[in-house]
Amino acid sequence: MTWSVTARGAHQPDNTAFTQQRLPAWQPLLSASIALPLFFCAGLAFIGLGLGLYYTSNGIKELEYDYTGNSGTSNCSVSCQCAWYFSLPELFQGPVFLYYELSNFYQNYRRYVVSRDDAQLSGLQSALRQPINECAPYQYSAGGLPIAPCGAIANSLFNDSFSLWHQRSAGGPYVEVPLDRTGIAWWSDYHVKFRNPPLVNGSLALAFQGTAPPPNWPRPVYELSSDPNNTGFINQDFVVWMRTAALPTFRKLYARIRQGNYTAGLPRGAYRVNITYNYPVTAFGGHKRIIFSSISWMGGKNPFLGIAYLVVGSLCILTGFVMLVVYIRYQDQNDDDDDEE
Amino acid sequence: QGYEDWLRHNSDNEVNGAPVYVVRSGGLVKTRSKNIRVGDIVRIAKDEIFPADLVLLSSDRLDGSCHVTTASLDGETNLKTHVAVPETAVLQTVANLDSLIAVIECQQPEADLYRFMGRMIITQQMEEIVRPLGPESLLLRGARLKNTKEIFGVAVYTGMETKMALNYKSKSQKRSAVEKSMNTFLIIYLIILISEAIISTILKYTWQAEEKWDEPWYNQKTEHQRNSSKILRFISDFLAFLVLYNFIIPISLYVTVEMQKFLGSFFIGWDLDLHHEESDQKALVNTSDLNEELGQVEYVFTDKTGTLTENEMQFRECSINGVKYQEINGRLVPEGPTPDSSEGNLSYLGSLSHLNNLSHLTTSSSFRTSPEYETELIKEHGLFFKAVSLCHTVQISNVQTDGIGDGPWQSNLTPSHLEYYASSPDEKALVEAAARIGIVFIGSSEETMEVKTLGKLERYKLLHILEFDSDRRRMSVIVQAPSGEKFLFAKGAESSILPRCIGGEIEKTRIHVDEFALKGLRTLCIACRQFTPKEYEAIDRRLFEARTALQRREEKLADVFQFIEKDLILLGATAVEDRLQDKVRETIEALRMAGIKVWVLTGDKHETAVSVSLSCGHFHRTMNILELINQKSDSGCAEQLRQLARRITEDHVIQHGLVVDGPSLSLALREHEKLFMDVCRSCSAVLCCRMAPLQKAKVIRLIKISPEKPITLAVGDGANDVSMIQEAHVGIGIMGKEGRQAARNSDYAIARFKFLSRLLLVHGHFYYIRIATLVQYFFYKNVCFITPQFLYQFYCLFSQQTLYDSVYLTLYNICFTSLPILIHSLLEQHVDPHVLQSKPALYRDISKNRHLSIKTFLYWTTLGFSHAFTFFFGSYFLLGNDISLLGNGQMFGNWTFGTLVFTVMVITVTVKMALETHYWTWINHLVTWGSIIFYFVFSLFYGGILWPFSGSQNMYFVFIQLLSSGSAWFGIILMVVTCLFLDIVKKVLGRQLHPTSTEKAQLTETNSGIKCLDSMCCFSEGEAACASVGRMLERVIGRCSPAHISRSWSASDPFCTNDRSVLTLSTMDSSTC
Repeated sequence: MTWSVTARGAHQPDNTAFTQQRLPAWQPLLSASIALPLFFCAGLAFIGLGLGLYYTSNGIKELEYDYTGNSGTSNCSVSCQCAWYFSLPELFQGPVFLYYELSNFYQNYRRYVVSRDDAQLSGLQSALRQPINECAPYQYSAGGLPIAPCGAIANSLFNDSFSLWHQRSAGGPYVEVPLDRTGIAWWSDYHVKFRNPPLVNGSLALAFQGTAPPPNWPRPVYELSSDPNNTGFINQDFVVWMRTAALPTFRKLYARIRQGNYTAGLPRGAYRVNITYNYPVTAFGGHKRIIFSSISWMGGKNPFLGIAYLVVGSLCILTGFVMLVVYIRYQDQNDDDDDEE
Repeated sequence: QGYEDWLRHNSDNEVNGAPVYVVRSGGLVKTRSKNIRVGDIVRIAKDEIFPADLVLLSSDRLDGSCHVTTASLDGETNLKTHVAVPETAVLQTVANLDSLIAVIECQQPEADLYRFMGRMIITQQMEEIVRPLGPESLLLRGARLKNTKEIFGVAVYTGMETKMALNYKSKSQKRSAVEKSMNTFLIIYLIILISEAIISTILKYTWQAEEKWDEPWYNQKTEHQRNSSKILRFISDFLAFLVLYNFIIPISLYVTVEMQKFLGSFFIGWDLDLHHEESDQKALVNTSDLNEELGQVEYVFTDKTGTLTENEMQFRECSINGVKYQEINGRLVPEGPTPDSSEGNLSYLGSLSHLNNLSHLTTSSSFRTSPEYETELIKEHGLFFKAVSLCHTVQISNVQTDGIGDGPWQSNLTPSHLEYYASSPDEKALVEAAARIGIVFIGSSEETMEVKTLGKLERYKLLHILEFDSDRRRMSVIVQAPSGEKFLFAKGAESSILPRCIGGEIEKTRIHVDEFALKGLRTLCIACRQFTPKEYEAIDRRLFEARTALQRREEKLADVFQFIEKDLILLGATAVEDRLQDKVRETIEALRMAGIKVWVLTGDKHETAVSVSLSCGHFHRTMNILELINQKSDSGCAEQLRQLARRITEDHVIQHGLVVDGPSLSLALREHEKLFMDVCRSCSAVLCCRMAPLQKAKVIRLIKISPEKPITLAVGDGANDVSMIQEAHVGIGIMGKEGRQAARNSDYAIARFKFLSRLLLVHGHFYYIRIATLVQYFFYKNVCFITPQFLYQFYCLFSQQTLYDSVYLTLYNICFTSLPILIHSLLEQHVDPHVLQSKPALYRDISKNRHLSIKTFLYWTTLGFSHAFTFFFGSYFLLGNDISLLGNGQMFGNWTFGTLVFTVMVITVTVKMALETHYWTWINHLVTWGSIIFYFVFSLFYGGILWPFSGSQNMYFVFIQLLSSGSAWFGIILMVVTCLFLDIVKKVLGRQLHPTSTEKAQLTETNSGIKCLDSMCCFSEGEAACASVGRMLERVIGRCSPAHISRSWSASDPFCTNDRSVLTLSTMDSSTC
């Protein structure tokens, strides 16, 4: 900035554009004549965009099923294996993504959000032994051992599991549809932010020695999966869960279907989803859903954006017309004034 | 501010560390000025600055006098003579001084520069001599020694006790109307904050009454949390909400406002149009806090002398013993009842060669006067001019005067090489006039005054000076003529002299004085008194007693003066012309058109004041002039007031003018304040004459506390205006001839009255608009900022979860949104300055704090809330049933949601600022688009690394993921446009349907731009030239479509509601464009 005030010999102020407040400037005026074409252009553009977005969103298919199963409305009940049967009359255009949805689950509760130790999750040894206090009451186990991974988020890891079976022809056998459980977490989370602690003697189990699993977990963290690239802190289900959702009803990506015969989507036929039901939600009035959804470049199915664009666009054009009317009328009036003078 | 402090600190160090010589233990010791203690004898050499308040002991001159200039204290550039008491004046060496034993008693330190009382008790040869000390022996710290080789003085006040330091006391804080409304808004926001927190807390507990929400299985509390008491939890929850929402209070607003005021005030000093070339003085800003107040002025109170007028006195006429004389070409011409005779005189005089003046005068006066009267006239006449040339405190500039004594006096009556310096220009004018006429004041030393009368040197012994003060309104000298007679010459306002006269042509002179006053001349009466030796002795004694008194000296002196200045014989009166400053009429006219009421407050006589008022356009010929003068009694005053009030309602004249004089005013103020104020308010011009300084301040205070609480501004140049300058909301000092006292005590100082219109109409307008937008915008952007947080609580069980990351919370006000508004508030010019100046009516658009009214405030706040709702719910619906927004089906989390809201917010808020900006310089472009770019770059960087020392890595890759989503981009664009859509519609429609005159002015400006372009942008820089071409192109493009409508608007432009002002306007228009 050029605000250095230097002492001058004479008291004559500097004659520069800046000091005299005469910096060259563009002085736009929001007059009707400029705004009118602007409104029309913007309106048209928005309507065009809105139509595009709306049809894109409409092209996305979604299939959802509530399997919470309270009061016998469905065939699922607490702590069991259950199944959901559905049939597709036509091809479910791929790639298809499998989500689970929880409602009334406040992952955005402040005490819940902070209840994690990012240092521990990045594989830091010291944090592994001494989780931060925010993790309490899931900081140390009853036996006094540090919990790994500590905190309420990790403790409440979603532990239902799904498998999808396809019956190609009526009465035929069900074939398992391969679910791709990789690539469901953010690349940066999976590859950078979440790291296992350094292996001890090539064993992850030993690295976690001296820690306790979260109280609700039946298994320690290093047994989440048999795949060494998907176990411990870098288990993708775990990583997905650790990204706390913004709203009390939220979806998490469970798997992608893109292998074998299902690259193009789910072909028509009957399907069965086997659900291993573990996660209790009735206590807080929550619901669990399972959702198949295809995805466009703009994400999942949401007509809002398209509709909003259409609304704003037509509003623009409408106001444009209103203003045009006002503009012409007042122009006449002004002309009349001129005549009177 | 820190920078200012640092500069101050540096200069402090410099002053404190300056080397000085102090007499200690018989020798000179060099020390630092901060080490001077009271009682130290200090040696000061020529052109050095006094480091402390010193009592002069001796100088290198025999009489112990020295000259100083106090330019840095009060701006008076004349040399002042200070004298030492005779007993110490002889002690001119260090050794002598060391032997001095004396005690100085003086009063407690006080701030008045011109008051000092003390006495020195000198012990000499076992006897004590008491000598009075007055201001004439006190050398003030900060003054500079001139014309004297060296002096010795004893320090009496040092450090913070010096008069200079006492005067640096920060003046009473003046708060501007903007600040007041800012505080109101702040309280409203505090209420919003607290109510939001209370609502949240209450909702939290109703929501969480059920255990399944309070403590679901997945989110258990710790033992400690469970066991804490309910009340404590409640309070801590409330406090947590307060903390969460506290950003709604724009704390950074105060910092930004301070910065804006400080930096913005430079523009006043920098303005070439406020720079007076003849005196090379630029406008000074003493208080930058009041910049915007300049745009709010409703009443202007102006002094007359030196403010409206040049204060450059020209001797014009005089009345001697009831005969009027006019000065024409250095000669006095009697002004007879018949103008023809004076014409005749003139031609006759013109033919006269350079005769000496007295004979010339006698001859000329002999035209009408009888011979037997003639001799007496000469005598009285001589006495008159002697009085004029003796009764003053004028000094001769330099030793040059030496040669004059023997100079070729007869041939040239006007000594060009004699230069007089006087603190009052009246005196200077009179002494110069006397010199032209033939009685030349040659110089004064301590005790004598030398006057050359027609080449004959006469030496008068100066016995006493009874100094001028504004209460007595006269001064006098007591001199001893060469013949041994002792005379008192008095000079002063006619009201203070005439009642004390017992002889002379009192009645005639009074008539003459009134005539002079009618012509707008300043009058002074001259009188004399001869003392008998006995009388003189009594006076001398009483004077001495009064002057040496330690207690209540001033009262005693006043008593003595009263006693001395009586039984005077009137000699005559002088009339001095004071020229009006240039463009006074236009300025007053412009101010009036801007809706500002102009009051002239002057100490002058009623007639003089009215005539000046008329000549400067303050009063119009068409105005109905009401008078409230010469009221002696309470009831009469009230009656008169009631009558005036009636006249105002009855007479259907457009404008009224009111003349009040001091005594009537004080009566009116005492009992009938309300009535008087009613009358005043319905008058468009008020003239108060014969005002004492304190009365001026009282009038202003009265207006200030009247129900409407108008903003007042006082302009003045002299010490007598200081009280009014300090009383008014905004005090403006004119750096004139009567010293710099007013300028020092003012908030702004300008060189000429005509600059006032630019200061108010252009700078005031700009500052007001700027700061108003600044304040409103700050509240707006903080509402935008924090309301989504509040809304989010509804979706997170009121758990105080923040929507934004803590770094974003902190940086929002500091980095992302601060610069555009700061730059806007420094550079914005919604209308071209020339247009502002030529159309003063635009000033009305911002009067009464219009841009900070509750209505506009509510508009901005509602705008803020609606924008916040759009951000939040737009993002909320964009997420829908929490669907994926990414092409790869992955999910966002709460931090991405917050970042989405935040991104929309930063862009919207910045673009909103851009919409408000009308004057886009490259700096505006830089900071506006730079802010948005900076936000993106910063977020990419911030989210791009795992921060090693930070506990949580919530933001890691969040922003990058957000930007990789197409839907998010579309959502951002949509939300920004939606937010600004309504605002734009409102702006456009408002401009179309009910354009304010400011908006019309913007249009006309665009329209007539090309014409003005060449004249406005005639600076030589190449870049500017390019830009002006660019601007022109812009305008041409802009004109294509709107040409029709804007032309029609400019033609029917009703800027001036009253027809008379249109006339003046058109002339001004032509001069500016």
